[in-house]
Amino acid sequence: MKSVIKNSSKNTTKLSLQLRGEFSLYNVKKYEKALRKQNLSGVKEVEIDLSSVEYFDTASALFLVDLQKEYKKRDIMLSFISANEDHLKTLLLVQKRKQTSSTISSSQKSFFLTDIGKSFYANYLGLLSFFAFLGKLFATKLHYLLNPKNIRVKEIAYEINESGVRALGIVALTSFLIGLVVAYQSAFQLKTYGANIFVVDMLGISILRELAPLITAIVIAGRSGSAFTAQIGAMKITEELDAMRTMGFDPYMFLVLPRILALMIVMPLLIFVADMMGIIGGMFVANIDLNITTQLFLERFNEVVAFKHFLIGLIKGPFFAFLIATIGIYRGLMVKDDTQSIGFNTTKSVVEAIFAVIVCDALFSIAFTNLGI
Amino acid sequence: MQKTVIKVKDVKTIFDNRIVHNGLNLTVGEGDIYGLLGPSGCGKTTLLREMVMLHQYNGGSIEVLGKNLNGISHNDAQKIRQQWGVLFQAGALFSSLTLRENIMLPLVEYTDLSKSLMEEIIKFKIDLVGLKQSDADLYPSQISGGMKKKAALARALAMDPKLLFLDEPTSGLDPISARDFDALILELRSLLGLTIVMVSHDLQSIYDTLDKVAIIDQKKIIYEGSLKNINSVESQFIKTFFGKYNEQ
Repeated sequence: MKSVIKNSSKNTTKLSLQLRGEFSLYNVKKYEKALRKQNLSGVKEVEIDLSSVEYFDTASALFLVDLQKEYKKRDIMLSFISANEDHLKTLLLVQKRKQTSSTISSSQKSFFLTDIGKSFYANYLGLLSFFAFLGKLFATKLHYLLNPKNIRVKEIAYEINESGVRALGIVALTSFLIGLVVAYQSAFQLKTYGANIFVVDMLGISILRELAPLITAIVIAGRSGSAFTAQIGAMKITEELDAMRTMGFDPYMFLVLPRILALMIVMPLLIFVADMMGIIGGMFVANIDLNITTQLFLERFNEVVAFKHFLIGLIKGPFFAFLIATIGIYRGLMVKDDTQSIGFNTTKSVVEAIFAVIVCDALFSIAFTNLGI
Repeated sequence: MQKTVIKVKDVKTIFDNRIVHNGLNLTVGEGDIYGLLGPSGCGKTTLLREMVMLHQYNGGSIEVLGKNLNGISHNDAQKIRQQWGVLFQAGALFSSLTLRENIMLPLVEYTDLSKSLMEEIIKFKIDLVGLKQSDADLYPSQISGGMKKKAALARALAMDPKLLFLDEPTSGLDPISARDFDALILELRSLLGLTIVMVSHDLQSIYDTLDKVAIIDQKKIIYEGSLKNINSVESQFIKTFFGKYNEQ
């Protein structure tokens, strides 16, 4: 490897060094090593000649200026010469604009308790802003009910198509597979006891009452809830929401309520489809694995699965839809003026919506159990 | 005597304990093309947003088209919103609607005009801002930045406003399009008798279009008046910003 020091000469108190090669931020370390190796005993003056340096950048200049300072502390004067004026200009620029480390504001060290306090306060403010959002939402809803002509039927219909009808396929497929898996797992256990026919009871109640509404809600939270956040967030960044406001169009009327109402209307329909597909999936496995014919399955289904289980599943729909749409839209409105914020809020909207749906489902279970339904 | 369209009195704005405006006062007269100028971060766009009720100021008062914005009722706010047009920096066209639908939206919401008359109005506004009729069915994502600004201007003019707010109308445009846009603004003022308030950094545009300016610096308005006397005030911003132009 070629040395970065071309020549060095030393008389009693003066050391002259001639550097060469490409002295840039990629190889400052190499130069540093070579310069640190120099014997400086008795030296009072060091002169570095940069004339043979082919490339010289600000990182190298910063290193040399720092070295100059270091030598100064050791009573050694470091000077630079170069036949290339650009090198000297770079050095001059760095000497002029170099920031001392104390002038660069370092991020303040935070304490554990301060962090907890700040995070608690931020969450508290977040909660307040969510309540404010709900308040405005209910006020707008009331305005809607008092002035039915303001109901934006076209937007609601559009959203029903976008968030509901277009989601039918994925909801149906997911539910079919869930029905299939549940029946398959149960069949294995039931066969052991010769209780094959009870697969109908188990499928009927678990799918109609719990699984279909829950699976539908999770799919919709991932599909439509996240879409609400991303759409409204992007509209916020591109100032479309501001444009609406300056034109006197209330975003709650135009964007928020149509989406919430559409999802509340379409959710029971999606749950109904999920019910059917889940049962069909279960029936398919029952037929193949447990030799329960379709006719037998349906007869037993009619006998043991009460209509109330179907209704309970459907009733949950609008509540789940309200939670998913509200959280999705709220998160969209929380998007700040940067693209990263869209991703952050979209993720949050899906997680929060699924969590809220599960909590709501648990509350329904407790309520229905206590009511004896 | 010239009628006052906007009156800003002692307006104070605070962002996270940081004072942005500390007692701003200005008056925009009817028919003026009025510029809000100042260094970056001085709060020009914030003041514009306060005028159009997108941002709440912390003190003082703003009167727009004869209505005081402090505690303005919903109905009054809706009324004045129908009397102004706002052009945002990036156009802010509704991306899910075509240019025609964008321009038509305020007409559909606020009027009971027949469809054919609406079509006539849209065609007229599209022509007025210098777009082609064939552009009407394009979506915002299918047109250039300059066209977006023109389409957004057409939307802002849809309701024949008395007052037009422009936020950096020539930013992001090439010099030729920017000068065309300036000419368009002047033409619109003379054709429609508009009062225009704009935020701009484009020196050529400032000299070509503005009748009156307010310079915001150090949280205050350091100068209000015509560009002729701009150098009467001792200010580093004025020296740097207008210096080179005046030397030419």
